[in-house]
Amino acid sequence: MGSTNSTLLKIPNVEVLMQETGFSPAHIIRLHDRFKALDKEGRGHLCPHDFGAIKELAMNPIGDRIIGAFFSPGKETVDFHTFVKILAHFRPVDKDRPKEPNSPEPINSRSNKLKFAFQLYDQDKDGKISRDELLQVLRAMLGMQVTDEQLESIADRTIQEADLDRDDTISFEEFRKACKHKRFTMFRFCIRPGERKLMLTLCHWSSELQDQHEL
Amino acid sequence: SKLSSVFSLSLSLYPVIELNHHVISVVPESGLLIILGFILGGIVWGADKAQTFKLLPPTFFYYLLPQIILDASYFMPNKLFFSNLGSILIYAIFGTCWNAATVGLSLWGCYEAGVMGNLDIGLLQFLLFGSLIAAVDPVAVIAVFEEVHVNEVLFILVFGESLLNDGVTVVLYNVFDAFVALGGPRIDAEEIFKGIFSFVVVAFGGSFLGVVFAVLLSLLTRCTKHIQIIEAGFVFVVGYLAYLTADMLSLSAILSVTFCGICCQKYVNANMDEKSVTTVRHAMKVLANGSETMIFVFLGITAIDTEIWVWNTGFILLTLLFVFIYRIIGVFLLTWMLNKFRLVPIEVIDQVVMSYGGLRGAVAYGLAAMLDKDKIPEKNLIISTTLIVVYFTVILQGITMKPLVQWLKVKRAAHADLKLIEKLNNRAFDHILSAVEDICGRIGDNWWTRGWNRFEENYISWLLMKPKARKNRDYLFSIFHKLNLEDAVNYVSEGERQGSLAFIRSDEVANVDFKKQFGSEFTDVMPDIMVDMSNYELGIENFSVTSIVKDTIPSVSLDIHGKDRKNVADDINAHHLLQQHLYRSRKNHRHKFSRSHFSINQSEDEVQEIFQRTMRSRLESFKSAKMGVNPAKKITKHHKKDLTHKVKDFHDASFTWIAQLYKGSVTIKMNPVFLPAMDSPTHSSLPWLMETDAVAPSQRAQWRLLWTPNRLRRLAPMRVSTCSTDSFLMADLEEHEEKPQTDHEEEIFQSGPPKKHSCRKFH
Repeated sequence: MGSTNSTLLKIPNVEVLMQETGFSPAHIIRLHDRFKALDKEGRGHLCPHDFGAIKELAMNPIGDRIIGAFFSPGKETVDFHTFVKILAHFRPVDKDRPKEPNSPEPINSRSNKLKFAFQLYDQDKDGKISRDELLQVLRAMLGMQVTDEQLESIADRTIQEADLDRDDTISFEEFRKACKHKRFTMFRFCIRPGERKLMLTLCHWSSELQDQHEL
Repeated sequence: SKLSSVFSLSLSLYPVIELNHHVISVVPESGLLIILGFILGGIVWGADKAQTFKLLPPTFFYYLLPQIILDASYFMPNKLFFSNLGSILIYAIFGTCWNAATVGLSLWGCYEAGVMGNLDIGLLQFLLFGSLIAAVDPVAVIAVFEEVHVNEVLFILVFGESLLNDGVTVVLYNVFDAFVALGGPRIDAEEIFKGIFSFVVVAFGGSFLGVVFAVLLSLLTRCTKHIQIIEAGFVFVVGYLAYLTADMLSLSAILSVTFCGICCQKYVNANMDEKSVTTVRHAMKVLANGSETMIFVFLGITAIDTEIWVWNTGFILLTLLFVFIYRIIGVFLLTWMLNKFRLVPIEVIDQVVMSYGGLRGAVAYGLAAMLDKDKIPEKNLIISTTLIVVYFTVILQGITMKPLVQWLKVKRAAHADLKLIEKLNNRAFDHILSAVEDICGRIGDNWWTRGWNRFEENYISWLLMKPKARKNRDYLFSIFHKLNLEDAVNYVSEGERQGSLAFIRSDEVANVDFKKQFGSEFTDVMPDIMVDMSNYELGIENFSVTSIVKDTIPSVSLDIHGKDRKNVADDINAHHLLQQHLYRSRKNHRHKFSRSHFSINQSEDEVQEIFQRTMRSRLESFKSAKMGVNPAKKITKHHKKDLTHKVKDFHDASFTWIAQLYKGSVTIKMNPVFLPAMDSPTHSSLPWLMETDAVAPSQRAQWRLLWTPNRLRRLAPMRVSTCSTDSFLMADLEEHEEKPQTDHEEEIFQSGPPKKHSCRKFH
C-alpha cells in the first residue's frame, strides 16, 4: 500500500533493519508507531523515563532490569534501530532458516534469547552470575515475606544445583545447560487480517523435550 | 412474612453449613442450599400437605434478583470487563441465540419424530422453551466459580456473558411469547423484523437507562458532602430504581442495573466518604449473599410440590443432552472465530471450562413460572424440566467443576522435578514476556482507549467527581495514602505493644492534631494522627527527643531482628520457598470478584509490593545520581488557581522519570514523597534512607519502613489543594522559582525539609 511504503521510507536504513531482525515491513511500521508513541517529546530516541512512563513496567519485579537491557552500557538513549533489534530477540525461532555457515547467528536464535535472559541476571556483564547478582534477582522476584537468611539459602542452593565447575558462579554454559529442557516459544507477531495492526500473542513455555531444529 | 421466615431460617442454617468445610470443598454452597431447600420443602409439605412456600416470579424478579446483579456489577473489574467486552458480547448475543435456536429446534425435531409421546406443544413453544433455558445464569455462575479459581479472563468471559445475555433472553422470551399468542400462521417477515428491532431497543435502551442512572447516582454522591450519613443509601435506592424503571419500560432490567453498577462504581467510590464506601460494600454483600441463599433454598423448596411435576422422560433427558452438547459446540465455534481477532487467544482448556460452566439457574425457572398456562398448556412440563436442568447444572456440574479444572490443569502442565534455577527462569521469563508485551503496547494501548481515557479524565470526571476526589485520583497518591494509613496503624500498635504510647506523647510539644495544624484542606487527605512533632520542631539536634527516639529505635528494630533469628533455625526448604513466594506474572493473577470477600486479593498485594519496591529503587538511584551534584530545583505552589505554571523541564533522567511515570504526559504531578528536598546533601530527606546510628534494622525492618517517629516524616503533609496560600509553604519561598504548569493538572508540592516548615507554621 502506498501509505505503508511512505512510512517505511521515512525510517532510515529500514532494509538493513529488516534483514538483520527478520521483521516484516508491517511489523516494522507497527513498532515504529509504538516507538513514536513512547517518545512523547519527539526526540527520535528513548530515554529511561520514557520506559518508566509505562505504568505496567513498574509493577513488574524485573521491569527495571529489562528497561536497562535496552540501553547499551554507557549509552543514555535508545534509537529506533536498537529498539527493534532488542525486540527481535522475541521473535519466534525461524525453523526453516537455511544454515549458512558464514552468516551471523540471527538475533532470535535460541542461543541469543538465552543470552538476553542471562544478561538480565548478569548485571556487571562479566559473563558469570555471581552469588550477589543471584541474590539481587531473587530479592526482586520473591515476596517480602522471605527473610534474608532464607534468601541466601535459596541462592546457595541454586548455585549448588546449577554450578558444574564449582567456581561458585553460574556461567553462560551452565545456564544454558540448566535450561536445556525448555523450549523458547516466545512472541509470535502476526498481522490481524485486513488491518495494519499487530496481533501479539504470547506462547507459554512448554516443557517439551529439546527441539531438534534449534542449534 | 413467608419470605422473612424462610430468610431467617436459611440464614441461621448457613453457619451450620459453613462449619463443615469438608462438605463445602466438594459440593458448592449453592448445591447444598438446594438440598437444604429440599429438606425444608419436605418439612412444609409434610405439615401442610401442599406447598405453601413457593418462589413466585414477582418475588424473585423484584425482591431477590436486583441486589445480586447490583452487587455483581458494583464489584465488577471494569478494566477487564471492557477490554474483553467484544468477546463477551459475542458470547452473550450469538451464543444465547445459538443455544435457544438449536435446543428449541432439536427438541421440536425429536418431538416430531415421536420420541416424546403426545404433547400439546408446537414449534413456537419449543422455541420459547429454548429461549428461556438457553441463558447462562449469573447467580449460578458466581456461586460456582467463586469456589473454583480460574484465571481472570476466563472468569470475566463467563460472568460477563451471564450478565449481558439477559438482554437477549428477555427479547427472545417476549418475542416468542408474543408469537405464541399470535399463533403460527400470522408470523411473517414483519413480525420477525419487529423482533430484531425490539432486541435493539430492549438491550440498548436498558443499558442506556443504566448509564443514565449511574450518572444520576454519581451526581448525587458528588453533592452529599454534608449529609454523608445517608450517602450509602443512595446507591441501593438508585440501583433499584434503575431496575424498576427499566422493567416498567419493558426494557432489560438486568442490563440496566448492570450498567448502572459498572459505570457508577468509580465515581461513587471516589466521591463518598470512606465510611460510606465501606458501608455500601458490606451491605451490598449481605444483601446479595442473603438473596442468593434464599434463591437456592427456594429452588429446592419448590421442587417438593406434587402439583407441578410432570414427567416426560424423553423431553427431560433430551433437554439435558441438548443443553449440554449445544453449549459445548457453541462455545468452541464462537471461540474459534473470536481467536482470529483476539489479541490473547482463549485456550482450549478455558473453552472447556467455559462450556462446562454454562450453568442455568433461577432466572430460567422464574421465566418458566411466568408462562401463561392458557397459552402454553404444557407449562408444568416446562417447569419440571427447567428445574431438573437447574439442579443438574448447579449440583452436578458444580460438584464436578473443581475436579475437572484441577484434572485438566494437572494434565497439561506436568512437570518433572525442576531445578531451582529452572523454576526461577520460568517465572523470570513470564515476567520478561509481560514486560516486553507492555513495551510493545498491548490491548489497552490503542488510539481509542487512550482517547477515551483522556475524554473521561477531562470531561466526565470533572462532571461526576468531587473536586477533592479528582485530585486524589492519582494512583501513586492513593498507594501512598494507603501506605501511610497502614504504617500509622502499625506504628501505634507497635508502640502499644512496647508498653505505652508515652514516647509519642512527649512533653515537648503537645500532640499535634493535623486538622488544627494544617487546616481543613488536609483532613480529607490525611488521617487524623497523633504524632510527636517535636523532632519536626527541633530537629535531630534536640537531645531529649533524640534519646526517646533512640530508645525506641533499638527496641523496635531488635524486636524485628529477633523474630528473624528465630526462623533461621528451621530447616529451610529452598524449593518450597521459591514456589511459594515468587511473584506471579500478570497472566497468573487470580480473578478479583468474590461473593464473600472483597478485600484486596493476593495479586493486588503483590502488585503493590512490587510497585513500591520499584519506586524506592528508582528513587535511590535518582538520589545517588543527584547527591553532591546540583540540588534539585525547588517547586513551590503558585498562589492562584488560574495561574498556569509548568514545571521546569528537568532533563535529569531519573527525576522526570519518576514524575512522569504515572501520568505518561509531559505535565508533571509532583508527589512530595518522591520529591526529595535537596537543599543540602547532609539532610537525608528520604526518610527511609536516613541513617541512624542505632542498631541497624534488618533489611526486613527497613522495608517495613517507618517504625520510628523520625521516620514518620514520611507522613509529612502533602499539599493537595491549590487555593489558599498556606503559611507553611510560604516559609520556603527562599529559593523558589516559578514554574509554569498546564491548566488541567493540579500541583502537589512540597518544599524544603520538614524542619523548615515548623519554623513558621505554628504561629
